[in-house]
Amino acid sequence: MLLHGFLPSLLEGASVTLGLALSSLAVAIVLGLVGALAKLSRSRVAQGLATVYTTLIRGVPDLLLMLLVFYGGQVAVNTLAPMLGHEDYIDINPFVAGVLTIGFIFGAYLTESFRGAFLAVPPGQREAGLAFGMSPRQVLWRITLPQMLRHALPGLSNNWLVLVKSTAIVSVIGLSDLMTRGQQAAGNTREPFSFYLAVALIYLVFTSLSELGFAWASKRLAIGAKEARL
Amino acid sequence: MNFDAILDEFPKYVEGLGVTLKLLALSLSCGLLLAVPLAVVRTVSKGIASRLVWAYTYVFRGTPMLVQLFLCYYGLAQFDAVRESWAWPWLSSATFCAWLTFTLNTAAYTTEIIAGSIRALPAGEIEAAKALGMGRALMLRRIVLPAALRRALPAYGNEAIFMLHGTSLASVVTLLDLTGAARTVNATYYLPFEAFITAGAFYFVLTLVLVGLFRWAENRWLKPMMSR
Amino acid sequence: MRRRSALAAPLAIAGSAMAQTPPQRLRIGFAVGYAPFSEIGTDGQLKGFEVEVAEALCRHMGLQVTPVILDFDGLIAALQSRKIDAILASMSITPQRQQLIAFSSPYYFSPVRMVMRTDARLEATPAGLKGRRIGVERGTIHERFLAEQFKGSQVMRYATQDQVFLDLKAGRLDATLVDAVIAQFGFLNHAEGRGFGFKGPDFGRDEHHYGKGIGVGLRKEDAQTLGKRVDDALAALRRSGALKALNDRYFSFDLVSPTR
Repeated sequence: MLLHGFLPSLLEGASVTLGLALSSLAVAIVLGLVGALAKLSRSRVAQGLATVYTTLIRGVPDLLLMLLVFYGGQVAVNTLAPMLGHEDYIDINPFVAGVLTIGFIFGAYLTESFRGAFLAVPPGQREAGLAFGMSPRQVLWRITLPQMLRHALPGLSNNWLVLVKSTAIVSVIGLSDLMTRGQQAAGNTREPFSFYLAVALIYLVFTSLSELGFAWASKRLAIGAKEARL
Repeated sequence: MNFDAILDEFPKYVEGLGVTLKLLALSLSCGLLLAVPLAVVRTVSKGIASRLVWAYTYVFRGTPMLVQLFLCYYGLAQFDAVRESWAWPWLSSATFCAWLTFTLNTAAYTTEIIAGSIRALPAGEIEAAKALGMGRALMLRRIVLPAALRRALPAYGNEAIFMLHGTSLASVVTLLDLTGAARTVNATYYLPFEAFITAGAFYFVLTLVLVGLFRWAENRWLKPMMSR
Repeated sequence: MRRRSALAAPLAIAGSAMAQTPPQRLRIGFAVGYAPFSEIGTDGQLKGFEVEVAEALCRHMGLQVTPVILDFDGLIAALQSRKIDAILASMSITPQRQQLIAFSSPYYFSPVRMVMRTDARLEATPAGLKGRRIGVERGTIHERFLAEQFKGSQVMRYATQDQVFLDLKAGRLDATLVDAVIAQFGFLNHAEGRGFGFKGPDFGRDEHHYGKGIGVGLRKEDAQTLGKRVDDALAALRRSGALKALNDRYFSFDLVSPTR
């Protein structure tokens, strides 16, 4: 067998990776929309908070954030809990820690992507909506957001792809994902090439499916928009 | 928190900063140089060239940089043929492997960003250029690329920052960059918070500098284009 | 009052007869990539000498092993932040570590040697390896030893010992300082270890640097409670010959009896 019998282990790790990525994306999209709207709003406070969020998170590598959130969060919880009357030790599930950290990190990146997408919608669209007597919220929901989605797609797809791959760092906090299992197998068999190639192929499958999905969405959203022939 | 040990080891961090910056600058610049022509091929050509570029970005965007790095550093070294070849003095160097992986990786992402930006150009601009009788090369040079590159600035800013953080992977293949310095300090003194927060502070300052740089670039080149 | 207590007794007896309290779990941190002490097999299962020692100790203490796999340099942080309750990862008992955590009595002792190409004309001394690249697992006592004693050499740090052997084989390293048993089983006994061998003395004899053997890592506050239970279990395993039997299943030489 090419993979010396490690394939089932790799596939199990792959499902962990996928679950982690999807959960994190959901968190990230919500945070990204909120953040982008905050940055584009007139409120100085909202702008400021969003800027602090994106700047802080985009300012530090995921690896460092993971370590800080996981060990720091653990210590914080265990210091606070006795104060609040909890006797027992509270475990922070590595999966939950991973989802929250990665979702939080990519929320910051999506804020910027979504902000660019909002800016790419011709301002005339918004002005026309307001001229017709729509409220700002109606304009946002019916005019700006649908159009912004088309522009947000490249940025969103890029970020999703980066997110899926960033899940590899959760091996640091003990989550047995695809990357960890590949490393262990590579170390055990001294055949890093075969195993890292296998891991790469599995990630490529994830990517292929994602790209297909995004291509479909891109086509749907581009109905009515003219694309120039060069 | 005990930061005395950090002060003692500060030179390690400064050295690490040098390694990080060197890797980042070399990878980003080479990556961008590679990406612009590739993006043009990707959007303009219809034939096999475009397909090849697509395949390249597909593979490099589709796999984690960590795996790419391991394949380059550990994977290739597994084969006797590689170790006995002319390429070995290059490939045996961890710095070279890191630079190569980072460059190929960022070039793939940047190609897609610029290509997407080119495709998203308002059709009117292209049609106007054609109506004026511009040839393709001239159109690319005067109309398409300047506009596309400017529109790509927010997304490319993101990419530059991803690369800055990505360089922390260099510590995984023995290089002593900022993260490598922090891990060494942590392993020596068992002070994970102090060690990593210090490295985090360095990265944070670097990021602020990059963000400021791109904001200046956006104000200079992108904002004037937008009618707000 | 009496009526309540009259009911309480039969209820309590019935309750304890029905409820089987599951054994308390002990989260143990392992660092794999360290065959035959601790590794992940093809079936994805954790196995090795240390894993079996952990299971034997816990069986004796009536605890259930919950393994947590981490990189070696993250173990002490994990112990201190309560992610794990014990470390069983070939961690040497050293004065520096004893400032942070407590250790059980040692469960094995191991020689520490340099591994190099047999045809390399290099001496396993600080002078002989000046300017040379020595690979080591991050966070280990070997790393600290090299940093202190082999100042003129280039110390290259890796997350696992497996990766060190990969680079040693590839020629990126001139030597590695490692537990002799690991080197023998994980490298020299295999095809890729051909052409390599031990050079130089057993550095492990230097008690000042290498401490007093390999022990189970525990939090300081648990030293009197869990620590005592571990020591008692270990003593019992030694007395009954179970520890030696485990040793003999893995090794043809004695690692577990104190020789110093």
